[in-house]
Amino acid sequence: MSTTQTLTRIHIPTPLRAYTNHEATVAVAGATVGEALANLVARYPELKRHLFDDEGRLRSFVNVYVRDEDIRYLEGDRTPLGAGDELSIVPSIAGG
Amino acid sequence: MELAHADLQTISLTEPLPGLLRRIGGTPLVRLTRLAGGLPETVAVYAKAEHLNPGGSVKDRAALAMIRAGLRSGALAGGKTLIDATSGNTGIAYAMIGAALGIPVTLAMPANASEERRKMLETYGAELILTDPMEGTDGAQRFVRARVARDPDRYFYPDQYNNNANWRAHFDGAGVEILDQTGGGVTHFVAGLGTTGTFTGVARRLKAFDPAIRCLSVQPDTPLHGIEGLKHMETALVPGIYDPALADAALTVETEEAYETTRRLAREEGLLVGVSSGANVAAALRVARSLEAGVVVTILCDAGTRYLSDSFWNPTR
Repeated sequence: MSTTQTLTRIHIPTPLRAYTNHEATVAVAGATVGEALANLVARYPELKRHLFDDEGRLRSFVNVYVRDEDIRYLEGDRTPLGAGDELSIVPSIAGG
Repeated sequence: MELAHADLQTISLTEPLPGLLRRIGGTPLVRLTRLAGGLPETVAVYAKAEHLNPGGSVKDRAALAMIRAGLRSGALAGGKTLIDATSGNTGIAYAMIGAALGIPVTLAMPANASEERRKMLETYGAELILTDPMEGTDGAQRFVRARVARDPDRYFYPDQYNNNANWRAHFDGAGVEILDQTGGGVTHFVAGLGTTGTFTGVARRLKAFDPAIRCLSVQPDTPLHGIEGLKHMETALVPGIYDPALADAALTVETEEAYETTRRLAREEGLLVGVSSGANVAAALRVARSLEAGVVVTILCDAGTRYLSDSFWNPTR
C-alpha cells in the first residue's frame, strides 16, 4: 500500500457502533469500496458477519453509499474511491 | 389494566366516520396453502391480510385509534397539526385519515425511505421532514420531540411508540377478529415487533380469551438488517408500549429468509406484501412445522407495491 494513499471516511450507522467502539466514523485505506470495507472489518472483526455472508459477499440488504450514490448503481464493491470520497453504511428503516 | 370485552364499545365514535374510514379493519384471514404444503392436515397457517386496509397496511387501525383518542380527549383540536415520526406506514395512514378528516399532517421520516412512500405521503397532502438516514426512525423520533417541545401548542403528537391507543386498536380490532375468524380455535399467534402495537394488542386479547394461546414475537436476527418496519430491540429505542413479558418466546428471522418468503408469498400464494410480512410468515411456518396439531395465525403487515423499487424482488442482485 502506498504511504501517500488517502484514507476514506466510513460512516457507521448507530446499530453497528457497538462493534466500532462507538465510533461514528472510521478512516480506512482502500482504492475501492471492497478494499475499504475489507480494511474496516479487519480492524473491527465483529462487524464482519453483519456486513458479509459466509462466502465473503456483501449481504444483499447492506446499503453502501459513495458520494450519496448507492454502490449497486455504481460498480458495486469494485467502485473506485478518490480523494475526499466518503462511504456510508445506511440502515434500513425500522419500526412503525 | 382492564381487559373486559366491554372495552370494545368504548372505541366507537358518536359521529359516523367518513365511508372510507369505516373500511379500516375487518380484514380477511387467509389460509396459506402452497407455502404451508407438507404440513399435517391437523396444522393450519393463516395470515391476517392487513395489507387490504384502505391505506395498505395494518397501521390504518392504530392511526385511526390514536386520532380518535386525540379528538375525544381534546388534544387534537383547534386546527392543530398532527406530527409524528414514522417509517412510512403509520405516516401513510395518518396522511390518508388526515386528508379525509381535514387534519393537517406533518411527518418525520428517514431520508432513505423509498420514493413510492414519499410520493404517496405528498400526494395525500402531508408535509414531509426527511431526517438523517444514519439514525433511522430513532433519529426521526428525536427530531419530532424537539420540534414539539419548541412549539407545543401548534401540534398534536400522537407518539405512536408510546401511545396506548396504538396497541388498544389491535386489542379491539385484529385480536377480536382473529378469535371470530378462527372460531376461537387459534393456538399460536406470531408477529413482528415495530412499534410493538400489533403484537401487544393482539396478544393481550388472545391471552385474555385463553392464556394457553402461545404468542411469539419476531425480530430481525441482527442490528443491521433489511426487514423494513421491524426493530432489533436490543439496539433500538425501545417503544414505551413494549411489554417483553407478553411473548411466550422471542423468534428471530434472517433478512435473507424474509426476502425469500416475501417472494414466495407473491409467486406461490398471489399475496404481494412487504418484507415484514415475509418475516412473519417465515417465523409462522417454522412454528407450524414444530406442531402436530394447531392453528397458527400471523399478520401480513403491508402491501408489496410500496417496495417495488427495492432490489430484493430479484434474488440475483
